[in-house]
Amino acid sequence: MNDTLTIAVSKGRIFKDVLPLLARAGIELRDDPETSRKLILDTNQEHVKIVLIRTTDVPTYVQYGAADLGVAGKDVLLEHGGAGLYEPLDMEIARCRLMVAGRPGASAAGNRLRIATKYVESARRYYAAQGKQVEIIKLYGSMELAPLVGLADLIVDLVDTGNTLKANGLVPMDHIADISSRLIVNKASMKMKHAQVQHFIEQMTAAVVAARG
Amino acid sequence: MSGIDHWLLPEGIEELLPDQAWRLELVRRRLLDAYRSWGYGLIIPPMIEFLESLLTGTGHDLDLQTFKLTDQLTGRLLGVRADMTPQAARTDAHALKRDEPVRLCYLGTVLHTRPDGFAGSRSPLQVGCELFGHAGIESDLEILALMLETLKITGNDQVHVDLGHVGIFRGLARGAGLSTEQETDLFDVLQRKALPEIETLLSSFGTAAPWKEHLARLATLHGGAEVLDAARQQFAGAGEAVIAALDNLAAIAAQAQRRWPQLPLHFDLAELRGYGYQTGVVFAAFVPGCGQEVARGGRYDQIGEVFGRARPATGFSADLRTLLALSTADASVPQDAVYAPAVEDAALQQTVAELRAAGERVISALPGQVGNAASMGCNRELLQQGGSWVVKDL
Repeated sequence: MNDTLTIAVSKGRIFKDVLPLLARAGIELRDDPETSRKLILDTNQEHVKIVLIRTTDVPTYVQYGAADLGVAGKDVLLEHGGAGLYEPLDMEIARCRLMVAGRPGASAAGNRLRIATKYVESARRYYAAQGKQVEIIKLYGSMELAPLVGLADLIVDLVDTGNTLKANGLVPMDHIADISSRLIVNKASMKMKHAQVQHFIEQMTAAVVAARG
Repeated sequence: MSGIDHWLLPEGIEELLPDQAWRLELVRRRLLDAYRSWGYGLIIPPMIEFLESLLTGTGHDLDLQTFKLTDQLTGRLLGVRADMTPQAARTDAHALKRDEPVRLCYLGTVLHTRPDGFAGSRSPLQVGCELFGHAGIESDLEILALMLETLKITGNDQVHVDLGHVGIFRGLARGAGLSTEQETDLFDVLQRKALPEIETLLSSFGTAAPWKEHLARLATLHGGAEVLDAARQQFAGAGEAVIAALDNLAAIAAQAQRRWPQLPLHFDLAELRGYGYQTGVVFAAFVPGCGQEVARGGRYDQIGEVFGRARPATGFSADLRTLLALSTADASVPQDAVYAPAVEDAALQQTVAELRAAGERVISALPGQVGNAASMGCNRELLQQGGSWVVKDL
């Protein structure tokens, strides 16, 4: 039986924030992701490997057991639906807010509000819960542009400092959800490698508590 | 659509080519023979039924998974079965109506509207056994034994079994006075073991002290047999129903460990598969190489009630295609057949008939055909020696 723990992490901010938490648990990378072109990174622990993938792919890898564990933003999990995964720990990193934003005093140009977003499921759920019929326009980036060029009335997007919004003359409006990264676990791994997985979760929990200071 | 697209199958719909199909068929026979030797009656329920009957007593999930069409004779909605378990329950309640325990097995294609599970299939080949009319742990263990037997026959021997009991969560939710809506919300986060969200949700419900802690602890109660002891301590004052559920689970686990000492058992008290209709112990099998459960089962005592006849029931089912895909048994098909020449000769025909009667595969050459004995999948051929036909290796 394969006793390696594979952990899926997305490149960028989450990866940078996860490294110190892993270090607290005594896990350090052997390969430098900046220079290495490897996608499966070795660590100082023989049985722990890190795979670097796109953030939206993390839940898929973990759901199907291609990775035992993963670190994924709550925004991505909300879109994925979270079925087939455990999310036992809030890593308290990569914090931001999922918000509605737009030009001050923005209103529907036509009958329905047009919402530009990368977070189609979250936006749909949010407006459905309010009983509002809206038109959702799926975009892959630069959401802030949509209201400026008349593509949409409002946007649903992650807001961190709010500087990008401000620079484009947009204001944050409604708060949809607080976002942070979660540790996610494959169901079969939780059961078949229970001792190992549980030990890792406990180490991460301790690291998160310690990082609070 | 270009010409080549016409030949593609719809997403999640598979076909089996001769080698794979024979492999599956041989395993299918062995499975049904095994169930027969346990005294299980085979049923072949219809592929399509009136929707009400197909979905009676089942959850919303099954409704979403069911393809529907309108019956032009009656104007009523028909459903293509997405799960054969309710069909077996209907058979027991309406067609058989016996007072004795009834044991049924089935094997057939079901159709799902959305791909799910291993390899994203929408047309699993569901195989399963159901035992009606007995409420004790002995029948749960019999079903568990049959699930393990099924995995063994399909070549899956590194099995892990996950055990849980829906009575624990149900008892706690009742004790805490949760509304149906709250119970559903909590169920969702429990399935994801999203500990921070469970805390937030329970606070928003205003759940009172001991119950809040009980429900929050539930998501952490998973692991080895020590989980049962921890649960007993945690839920000591949580009411009879919860204690009875724990006792039931512990009794089944003890028996299972005695019968299968090598079998890794894992307990998870927050795992509530089929919560909509399960009423007691629930279990699932996991094998290395698959990130999802490969077989599942448990007790569902109330389903007969909606069919007009409440009967205790327990059963398991699995997708045979998945089990074969994960099988560690040798899947190669040996070339094993006899090639008979294209000669019109009574003695040859007689020999061929005898070989076939003895279980050999004999392939008759066709006059003027392309290929030879080897390319036709044979490893031996019939040759005339003296006046008689004999089998020779190629």
